[in-house]
Amino acid sequence: MTFFLQMLVSGIVVGSIYALVALGFVLIYKASDALNLANGEFVLIGSYICLTLVTALQLPFLVALLITLGVCAVLGLMVERVVLRPLLNAPTISIIMATIGLGNLLAGLVHMVWGHQTRVYPNLFPDTPVTFGGVLITPVYLWSFIIVMLLLIVFTVFFKYSKMGVAMRAVADDLQAAASMGINVKRVFAITWAIACIVAAVGGVLLGNINGVNATMSVIGLTVLPVVILGGLDSIPGAIVGGFIIGILQSIAGGYLDPLVGGGLKEVFPFFIVILILMFKPYGLFGKGGMERV
Amino acid sequence: MLHVDNIEVVYSKMILVLKGMSLQVPDGKIVALLGSNGAGKSTTLKAISGLLGGDGGQVTKGKIVYEEKDITAWSPDKIVQQGVFQSMEGRRVFKHLTVEENLMAGAHSRKDRRNIKKDMERVYHYFPKLKDLNSRHAGLLSGGEQQMLAIGRGIMAKPKMLLLDEPSLGIAPLLVKEIFKNIKQINEEEGMSILVVEQNANVALSIADYGYIIEDGRSVMEAPVSELLTNQEVQEHYLGMSEEGRKNYREVKAYRKKQRWI
Repeated sequence: MTFFLQMLVSGIVVGSIYALVALGFVLIYKASDALNLANGEFVLIGSYICLTLVTALQLPFLVALLITLGVCAVLGLMVERVVLRPLLNAPTISIIMATIGLGNLLAGLVHMVWGHQTRVYPNLFPDTPVTFGGVLITPVYLWSFIIVMLLLIVFTVFFKYSKMGVAMRAVADDLQAAASMGINVKRVFAITWAIACIVAAVGGVLLGNINGVNATMSVIGLTVLPVVILGGLDSIPGAIVGGFIIGILQSIAGGYLDPLVGGGLKEVFPFFIVILILMFKPYGLFGKGGMERV
Repeated sequence: MLHVDNIEVVYSKMILVLKGMSLQVPDGKIVALLGSNGAGKSTTLKAISGLLGGDGGQVTKGKIVYEEKDITAWSPDKIVQQGVFQSMEGRRVFKHLTVEENLMAGAHSRKDRRNIKKDMERVYHYFPKLKDLNSRHAGLLSGGEQQMLAIGRGIMAKPKMLLLDEPSLGIAPLLVKEIFKNIKQINEEEGMSILVVEQNANVALSIADYGYIIEDGRSVMEAPVSELLTNQEVQEHYLGMSEEGRKNYREVKAYRKKQRWI
């Protein structure tokens, strides 16, 4: 039972990070109908930038995190300006291809700057685990969870009540009608990319603290695909719920099934789930297959 | 005062849709722009509000002047800030946003965020039905309710000029009358100038002060509504009534030909 709870807890924490990264993915899908296949590289870059600030410049973690977010926001704005804006009225497939190219470019840059060996964050959080009803939780897990939850709350409030949040949802709903409201669509796109980059970076920093950083971290860009397909590509609550579900299932499958098959199942398990979802609920749990009044 | 001065609009750099369209909307008046399918009514509105870009169109000649400013080819958000707001054809409410959020989106260009709640009440004053539905997703409203919401978004933007593109489209006749009554009321109480594009000439002329008739990309007739209503050709071709009964097709064709040369 303790083992199960242990797996559950680590699943929840990893799942919360998936939720965060998936949020960025969904935002971009909603705004431009395109999958952002460079998302994993955003995660990677965020993680490396923060690592560099913490180790090379010896900055305190929170300061480093804030600077990372600032840098990543600028990166997001630049990506929108340089890569996406010229493709504003282009077919979706062109935009997706552009994000693949962008992902490769960023991956190459990361390789040039930071090399390919795994690096670890210095111990930012205390080592002694906290016990909750017999389950050991390391502080890094606990803090990751708290940071993610805070961010998710901030974003939920932002989308529900702020002027820009409502404008972003309006643009996602009907671009031309949003323009007719006087919403500056280009600015909304720019902010969307900045936010996507920021949440990816936070995900990268937290994952880096848990597992260390190397180039394979960008695989998370692929792992959030099951998350968003489960939750519904165009649903923000879906991304969050989907993140938790995939995280938990992955962790439990890893704990129980990996020893049986000799390992590796953990990585592919989310994709089993994708196939099942696509067969039975192709729009995901919360996706809108088009709202119609009947 | 809005002046549209002899504009030409081309889609995809090759399809000429407006061929020298001109019209004027004086302050505080309701002007109706009538015409058949494909005459260029919606294009005229989109040219004014700067929304042509999304359809791959552009104004290639002429100019659009609003309050002494040449707003031709301005971006839509700047034009809204000048006080010209278009409610697009087919209602185009944000389906996945609630009624209240739709109204908030309508107020996006406003600087005085504090008065938004008050103006929402204003919208509910014109359309009491919307108040009961305010937390429902707009996609679940009926066509008439969506049209009310689309006009309500216009009120939220507090424009000086409201452009309405076919507010009667796909709505039950009884409701159409009610909505046009609301439009007249908005014009009187808020002092908004209104340019309304319609295929349903009867109902549009019932509230308008002045009317234009557009055919094949240019304005072929303009007159105060009282004159349009008594004009025999308008009666026959746009209001669907004729004193001597139906004319035969040849005469209709001759009329079309004549219009083309004006």
